[in-house]
This record gives sequence, C-alpha cells and structure tokens, in this order.
Amino acid sequence: MTTAVAESPALRRRTRINVSALLVEGRAFLALVITVLIFSALTPKFLTGDNLIIMSRHVAFNATIAIGLLMVILNGGIDLSVGSTVGLSGVVAGYLLQGANIPFTDATAYPAVWVVVILSLVVGALIGVINGLVITYLKVAPFIATLGMLYVARGLALVITNGTTFNDLRGEPELGNTGFVRVLASRPLGIPMPIWVMVAVAVVFSVLLTRMPFGRWLYASGGNARAAELSGVPIGRVQILVYVFSGVCAAAVGLLLAADLPAATPRGGEFYELNAIAAVVMGGAALSGGRGTVRGTLIGAFLIGFLVDGLVLIGVSTFWQQVVKGAVIILAVAVDQIQEAVQRRTAGTKAARAAADRTPTISS
Amino acid sequence: MAPSAGPSPVASSPSSADGPAVGRVVLRALGVTKHYGATLALQGVDFQARAGQVTALFGENGAGKSTLMKIMSGVEHPTSGVLELDGEPVSFHSTAEAEAHGVAIIHQELSLCYNLNVRDNIFLGREVRGRGGRIDFAAEERVVSDVLARLEEDIDPRRDVASLRLGQQQVVEIARALAGEARVLIMDEPTSALSSAEVAVLFRVTQELKAHGVAVIYISHHLEEAIELADLAVVLRDGNLVASHPKEGLKLSWVVAAMLGRAGTTEQRAEPVSSDDAVLLEVRDVNVPEPHGAGRLAVDGVSLDVRAGEVVCLFGLMGAGRTELLECLAGRVPMASGSIVVDGRDVTKASVRERIASGLGLVPEDRQRDGLVQLLSVGANLSLAGLATVYTAPFVDRSAEQARVARAIDDVKVKTAGPNASITSLSGGNQQKVVIGKMLLVDPKVLLLDEPTRGVDVGAKAEIFRLLLGQAERGLAVLFATSEIGEALAHATRVVVLRKGKVVRQFDAATADRDTVIAAAGGASHDVLEQALA
Repeated sequence: MTTAVAESPALRRRTRINVSALLVEGRAFLALVITVLIFSALTPKFLTGDNLIIMSRHVAFNATIAIGLLMVILNGGIDLSVGSTVGLSGVVAGYLLQGANIPFTDATAYPAVWVVVILSLVVGALIGVINGLVITYLKVAPFIATLGMLYVARGLALVITNGTTFNDLRGEPELGNTGFVRVLASRPLGIPMPIWVMVAVAVVFSVLLTRMPFGRWLYASGGNARAAELSGVPIGRVQILVYVFSGVCAAAVGLLLAADLPAATPRGGEFYELNAIAAVVMGGAALSGGRGTVRGTLIGAFLIGFLVDGLVLIGVSTFWQQVVKGAVIILAVAVDQIQEAVQRRTAGTKAARAAADRTPTISS
Repeated sequence: MAPSAGPSPVASSPSSADGPAVGRVVLRALGVTKHYGATLALQGVDFQARAGQVTALFGENGAGKSTLMKIMSGVEHPTSGVLELDGEPVSFHSTAEAEAHGVAIIHQELSLCYNLNVRDNIFLGREVRGRGGRIDFAAEERVVSDVLARLEEDIDPRRDVASLRLGQQQVVEIARALAGEARVLIMDEPTSALSSAEVAVLFRVTQELKAHGVAVIYISHHLEEAIELADLAVVLRDGNLVASHPKEGLKLSWVVAAMLGRAGTTEQRAEPVSSDDAVLLEVRDVNVPEPHGAGRLAVDGVSLDVRAGEVVCLFGLMGAGRTELLECLAGRVPMASGSIVVDGRDVTKASVRERIASGLGLVPEDRQRDGLVQLLSVGANLSLAGLATVYTAPFVDRSAEQARVARAIDDVKVKTAGPNASITSLSGGNQQKVVIGKMLLVDPKVLLLDEPTRGVDVGAKAEIFRLLLGQAERGLAVLFATSEIGEALAHATRVVVLRKGKVVRQFDAATADRDTVIAAAGGASHDVLEQALA
C-alpha cells in the first residue's frame, strides 16, 4: 500500500473512483440480484415467467407511488398522504361510476369512464396542491402537513362511502359508463395494466428529472434551496409541483387498485406510504433531499416486492415476513450510511489531493 | 460594557505565575508528513509555536497550512512525524484532547450550532458543572460576558447564534477559543468576516494573550494584517516549509514572493468610463429594513449608478449594509421603498428569477450556504442559473449545455477534473470561480459580487479580479462589496463608501488615500491598528 505508490497513481485513482461509484449505483441492484438468486435456489416456482409477471404487478402499485414520492423526497420533503390518496381516488371513481347526485337536484349523473378517470386524478392533484400550498406558504413542516392530509383524505373517503365499499364498478351499457374495469384491469400484450402504468410513469419522470429544467431545479432546490433561489430557480413552484406529482401518482394507483379488485374501498391503500418511502430510501435517495433516481427507486420497489412475494412462495408466515422486511429496510439504509461515510472520506481525500496537487487531475 | 474586575478567565495562563518564558517552544511538529491517498499534503515539516509570540503561517490554498494546523490541534493524524508539547511527545486523538492540553483552534469555516445560543456554543462539550451535575449557567454566562467584553462585542450570551450576523458569529467562534485556558491558540482565518474595528480589537486581544505567554499561530489571507501581527513569518509551499523571516524587515513583497515562488503583482484596474457609457444599473433611494432590528434601516436611501465597463466597489465595515444592499438588488431581500433599473428596465418588483433574466446576477458572500449545491457536479452548478440559454422546449439541450459548461470552465479557469467532478472536490478559490462562472453563463449586464475573494488564496484572488476586469472590458457593469481596503483600491474604478446603510462618500480608486477611505467608512485606519499594537 505504501511502496507501490509511485508506479501508477493515476490508474489507482481511477479504479478507486470506479469502485465507489459502482458501490453507490449498484448496491440496491446487487441486493435485488442476490434476492432473486436465493429465492430461485429455494423454489423453482420463483423464476418463472408467470410468477415474475405476478410479482411485477404487485411491485407496480408500490413503484408508481414511490416514483411520485421520490419527487417530494428529492425536494427534501415527505408525503405521508399518498396511501390515503390511493383510497380517496378509488372511492371517488367508485362514487362517480355508481352515479353521482347533482347537488340541489334529483338528477343523477353517470359520467363516462374517461371523465371518471380524469376527475379521480384531479382529486389526487388537488390533494397535492393543498399539501404544497400549506408547506410552501404556511411554512408547515412537510411531515406535519401531509400527516394531517393522511387523516383528512382517509376521512373523506370514509365520508363518501359512509364506511362501506362500492362493489360494482362495471357500469351499465345503457348509461355509457362501462369499461372502467375492462380497460384498467386489462392485459395488453399479456402484461397487466399496472405494469404498463409503472413503466410509463418511470419513463416520464426519469425524462423529467434528467432532461428538463424542472429536474435540475428539483435537484438543486433539494440540495441547497438558498443557492437555487439565488440562481433564479422558482423554488416555491417546484415545491408545490412535487406534491402534485406525488398526489397524481397515488391517485393513478387508486384507480388501478379499484379496477383490480374490482371494488372501491375507503380502506384502500392503507400503509402504502410506508412501503413507498422504504422503496425510495432503499433506492439510494437521501431523505434530506437532492439525491435519488427513478432507476434506484424502481430497484428499491422491486427489492421489497420480490422479497415479500418470495417469502410467501417459500412458505414463511406473514408474521415473519414483516420481521424480515423491516430488517432488510434497516440493513439497506445502514449500508447506505456506511457508504456515504466512505464517499465523504474519498471526497475529502480528493479535495485535499486536488488542493495539494495544484495540477488538474484527469479522470473520467 | 464595563471591564471586569479581578482576574479574567481569559488566558489565565499557568506560566503567568513564574513569568512568561517568551520564545520557549511550547508545541513543536517534528518531521510531520501527511499523505492523502497517493498525494503528499505535508512533507517533513518542522514547525514550532513559541510562548509569547505570534507565528504567522503563510501559503496559498493547498500549500498545507490547514492540514498542518489540523494535525497540531488533533483533528488529523500525521502519516509520520511527531508532535511535542513542552518537549514531551504527545499524540492528540481529538480536538477535545488537544484542548485539554491547552491547544485551541479557531476554525476557518464557522463550526457553530445554529440552534443553540452563544453561551451554549462557547461551552459546548466542556459545560461548567454545578451542583448535582447540572450545568452552572450563571458561571458560564459570567465567563461569556467577560470574553465578549474583551472582544468589545455587545452580544447577549443567551441570543441564538442563528440570529447573529456572520461577523458576530466569527466573534463567537473566537470567544470559544478564548474561554478555554489556551496555551497555544491557532487562528485559522479569524478575520475573514470581521470589520476593521473588530480586527483592531482582535489584535489587541492577541497582544494581551502574547503578554500572558500564549503561543499564537496566525493564518490569514489578509497578508498585511498577518504581517503586522507576526513575530515570525513562516511560509509553506506545496507541503514544504520553504522560508521563514523574523519581524524585522518583514515585507509584503517577500511574503508574496515566497508564497508563489515568484514576485506577485497586485494592482490591476479597469479603464475609467465616460459619461457616454450606458448606465446599466440605476439604484434610487433604496431602503431596506433591518431583519432583526425593529424599525431600523439596514440600507438607508442608497442611490448609485454603475455604467457599462465600470468596476465599482462598495466599501464598508461590518453592518454597513453592503450585503443587505446587494441582496436587495438581487431580489432576495424585499425593500421598503426605492427603485432599481437594469439597462432601462425597471426590475423593482421583479423576482430573483426575472432579475436574472433581465441581466442582474449576484455572487453571494457565503458560497457554501448560498452559492453552491454541494450534491451537484461542477457542470450542473455552472449551468444552474443559465438553463434558459440551453433550453429547447421541452428539454435541456445537453450538447449545448456541455459546450457552454466547457467554455465556462475555460473562461473562468476552474481547475477541475472535468464537468462531472464533485463540486466539493474543488478548492475554495475554484469553487468561487464556479459561482462566478454560473452567473457569467447567463450573459449578465450587471454582476453583483459580495466579498468575492473571501477565503480565497492570493493566486486565485488575482485571477478572480483579472476575470472581472476582462468581463468589464466587454461591457459588463461590476459592483462588488468588500471590507478589505487593499482590494477596494487596487481593482475598482470607483469606491462607494457605505456607513450605517448610507452612501457617505465616493472616491476615485486610483487616487484615493487609503486612510481617508477607511476613515470615511468609520473604521480603524492603519494608525489605529498600529496604536492597538503599540
């Protein structure tokens, strides 16, 4: 370590950077691969096409919420209301499909399915707007604001349904509102709709993050809001928008879940926010903001989903599943922290080296 | 505040009983070498701190000053070499251990807990215990009041550090080191945020510490200041101790030459402008309320013009309203009344974003807090403000962005491994160039800079001003704020003196007399500093 320094410092430097980069990028992916390998060894049923599709469909719900939530977490916030938004949007769809009473009249409206879908997504967006306004302008901490919204949205879902479930979402041909279940629970090209939605959401948001100014604004305002503001980033607008994205993603999942069952229950999506947070964090995002990717979040969601489904397949009891899941979450983040310390050390070393060298170091 | 009666806890040195043995070596580094990975930060350095003397340590950023001080104060361990305290080998495993041995350090970067008050910060980690293990707040507050009275700073010990101005925070940092019983006091850039008056007080306190036999190690980018204070000047270059010089005959030119390894040039100035040049920044009767003071004005009826190609310096002491004025011009701080016009366009009611689009950008004072996004790369930091220039809806044009970033790195001469390098891997000077480059990338008409060379080494300082002058030549209007008189006079075409929020006088920098300018700002002139030392 001390003697062979003179030989190829440049080479050594490059390898070290690559190794640390690989650790950061590939850690969750590595864990996913190991999970898949272990379960494939334990049961032949795990690595079959059918099972992969079933598991991915489960993952898709959480992943879609998690990607929306990633936007909030990149901003340095948190959105605890996504689970309730799932429930509320499903219930709103169910209510509209059953026939909505037009206020002050006896008339009942049966909106077309596309209208139902849009209105339900608008509900999600509205929840996001309220979260965003309360956080940005009333300066309520995101944790508190969205904790409150968790109860408000869940409560509204219960109010609308009066605590019961809308069981019939199929609509009537003569009312022109059929197709909700048929389309949202369909399997284009043999792949369930939730997976398509997850893919679409992932593509849209990763393009948003990597190719559009908004992405840069988001990373900057999550990393250092003061510097971002002085650079002309509209940090208020960014902060409101991330909650809207999160709300819309959750509302989309609410629709998919309702079509999947098919029933709109006011209890739909309970505790989904916790799974989503776990996926985002396991995917390498920092809760303090400014760090995280869509790819990482997807890997995090798949890791949790495959882990749980794998445990089911090999017959581990639901009680132990919870214990294992929790332990893996803690382990993943602990590893993340250790890595960050390693990174900081290398960054510090690099800084000192750059300062000491006074000559530009070339590395890719 | 009345001077405290009786013996002060400040620097109650154990040697005061048997008389200070001036010149005796207290802390010595012997053959200290420090590797960071494959790189040598220090190479076999021998360095002594002597009782009752001020040793000024000079060197450019990256020369190894901070590394050496970190080793001497227990923050870092040498790869090889030893430390000796009073001739006995010691090994500090932490700053707390070093402090217990009487070695205290005032850090270059402020290291205060902003959620705690002044008293708790000063005694953090060494709280005075009273009965039953409870903290004796009264005793702590007495010490804090004494130390702050020493430093002639009227700060309530119970005030939250977060509400203090940067200069006051630095005073608290100094007070923290003074409140312990230091035998060796390391001051790493203690004055970077202090006004001349505060610097004069610090000098006087330093003289007192010397008289009590404390060994002081002083590091400052204000070379003249350090030279005035030094009993011995020691110069580090590229991790080696290259030269030393006693107080007698110590000159700035010697220090600069030893630091750079060549003779340095200092004065460089933009061409004077004429009334034909367009007025790019027009500030009229701007009032900004003080953020914490009820009803007082931080900026009081300021009017000024800056023309294309002009480099104007806002000179003033701490609290003169320089930062408030610049932040108000940039749109960050709301103003009570007044108007701001940029190149004929009224931006009085515009947001930060709109002002940048109109060509008015600010390079803030505190680059870590306001200038950089530490998690982003060098390239992403550079293009952050200028995304609009590389935007072809709905996407950021990445090849255009890369080209602009590459050009910016080239233009502002950032020494970096590349646009994808982490911003934290750069030295202070290079980070500052990135913040400036970020604003230049939006093609501004008016560039505001608040203390653009704070915590930046001599070489980078010159480069930064060369860069600004080059931009001014191309028609940029530059307005920079500084509390360093040398900088004000060496680089500006015009010096506008601010005092208590008002423009009190304007000078032609080429002909202005140094002490007259300082006097106008209400600060301690050269003579006052010398008297403080006498």
